[in-house]
Amino acid sequence: MTALFDLKDVAKSFVKGKEKITIFEKLNMTIEDGDFVAIMGPSGSGKTTLLNMLGGVDQPTGGEVWFDAERVDSLSEGQLAKWRANNVGFIFQFYNLMPMLNAARNVELPLLLTKLNGKQRKKNVETALSLVELADRAKHMPNEMSGGQQQRVAIARAIVSDPKLLLCDEPTGDLDRATADEILKTLQLLNREFNKTIVMVTHDPAAAKYAKRTIHLDKGEFVEEELVA
Amino acid sequence: MKDFFLVFKNLTRKPLRLFLTMFATFVAFLIYGTLTTFQVAIDSGVELSADDRLIAVNKINFTQPLPISYVNRVKGVENITGVTHLNWFGGYYQDPQNVIVMFAVDEGSFLDVYNELIMTDEEISNWMQNRQGLIAGEAIAARLGWSVGDRVPVNSNIFTQSNGSSAWEFDIVGIYSGEDAQTDTNSVYFHYDYFNETQSFGQDYIGFMGIRTADPQLNESVIKAVDDMFANTPFETETVPEKAFNQAFIEQIGNLSLILGSVVFAAFFIILVIVGNSMVLAIRERTGEIGVLKTLGFKSERIFMMVLAESLLLALMSGALGLLATSAVVDLINGITAIQLPVLILKQEIILEAIAIMVALGLITGIIPAVNALRLNIITALSRQ
Repeated sequence: MTALFDLKDVAKSFVKGKEKITIFEKLNMTIEDGDFVAIMGPSGSGKTTLLNMLGGVDQPTGGEVWFDAERVDSLSEGQLAKWRANNVGFIFQFYNLMPMLNAARNVELPLLLTKLNGKQRKKNVETALSLVELADRAKHMPNEMSGGQQQRVAIARAIVSDPKLLLCDEPTGDLDRATADEILKTLQLLNREFNKTIVMVTHDPAAAKYAKRTIHLDKGEFVEEELVA
Repeated sequence: MKDFFLVFKNLTRKPLRLFLTMFATFVAFLIYGTLTTFQVAIDSGVELSADDRLIAVNKINFTQPLPISYVNRVKGVENITGVTHLNWFGGYYQDPQNVIVMFAVDEGSFLDVYNELIMTDEEISNWMQNRQGLIAGEAIAARLGWSVGDRVPVNSNIFTQSNGSSAWEFDIVGIYSGEDAQTDTNSVYFHYDYFNETQSFGQDYIGFMGIRTADPQLNESVIKAVDDMFANTPFETETVPEKAFNQAFIEQIGNLSLILGSVVFAAFFIILVIVGNSMVLAIRERTGEIGVLKTLGFKSERIFMMVLAESLLLALMSGALGLLATSAVVDLINGITAIQLPVLILKQEIILEAIAIMVALGLITGIIPAVNALRLNIITALSRQ
């Protein structure tokens, strides 16, 4: 496997009032192409901040972030937006679907950033929805679907433009155990069968078991790495 | 264009709010369209005035008469191509409330000076030959139900005949139209000779003169020549271009432009606040969604444009409906013949001006939320959900 992500001495801090709060000082980390990493840790350990930096929605205050041999921490806001559209799919805890769009239109959103025509976009949307077994719900509005179904639509939205990387922030945090397991199996399928690199932040040890390895963060440092069989 | 669906869906996501905001904007454009159309119609009396036509009235004020002998003297002034005279009759038909704009004129010269009134040769010929002949504009004829061939009595609230009667009998010999759609056709004209011979007082006096000059650029020299000719006489004249005369007449009602402009400004100012507030709230409610769109890779500038497009679409949709309603109101008013108004026309200039206002309204009300969306940081946006 080759390194997809390479974090070198990454630092992140911000100033709140007169106080400087440091989240990371010198974080080093490598994520291989095709990896499925679960990031665990207590609240305030920097899990979500790390995920945001990997996704280019937040930038480090020091160090370097390399993605597929391209340095991304120094890209401008506009360049980062383009980079995200091309390389990253996001899955949020609360799905974050657009309430006024049906499932198909929600899934289509990332494709509006491509040069695909309407017909091609429709075909890709159908494929993505079929993959999450929601082809029959294409016309349904988010409020007509269960939490699990909405999260599967969110997964379809994340994969519709075929990104290399999926970033999941507590993807099962709002779901019951059975539904959470379904979602995690879908993520596992995407990792194993479609070689998607997945980084998932979770509090749930049961969810972390679906990953290939788990990284424990505490106070901005990796304290433990655990390989899942 | 790919984003249009998203813009439209965002705009229509809260139907009640959309309806109320659109309704308020619709009313503002209805007010704007109707009042502006009304003002343009009123101003058409000024706009359609001939540049080469002058009005000579008694210098004291225009209700005071001038001797009829002045007409022939003015005819001799250099650079004048035609002179006619008119006398306010103070007419009403059947009921004193049913006032008619009616003048006794010199039929021989009248149509030369006022050549914007269109009649058939036969009607003109009949008018010349019939001393009791009367010509009426098509608007007033429609209002009173007159047609060619009718014989009608018209009373004067100023003059009486030598036999004591205030009613004159007339034969309607022509219905004129205007060369422009907004030419006044609410007036009535008849023979001065018939009037002069039958009235009990004020013989051989006229109300005012209409004078055609050879060239509008010669107006000033003609005005000076006419007024100098009658200076220091018991009936001094004041000669002015017809445009100025009509403008002064309209201003007697009050500063109509200021009144109508103030109403329109107030309407739009209120709308600006309502729609602006509504847009700011709508975008604030969508903070999280904007954060998600940015996370997916939508550039800030694109979201800025989407928000602006949404407010523009709102203004254009509401404004277009307002103009459609204006068109219906204008048709309705024009159809009410009891109202003596110039023909109201929703002119292309008014429509273009309204579209410009819609665009300005859309941009002004959208700019603040659009800038907010542009500046919105993804982390902040997602944390506000």
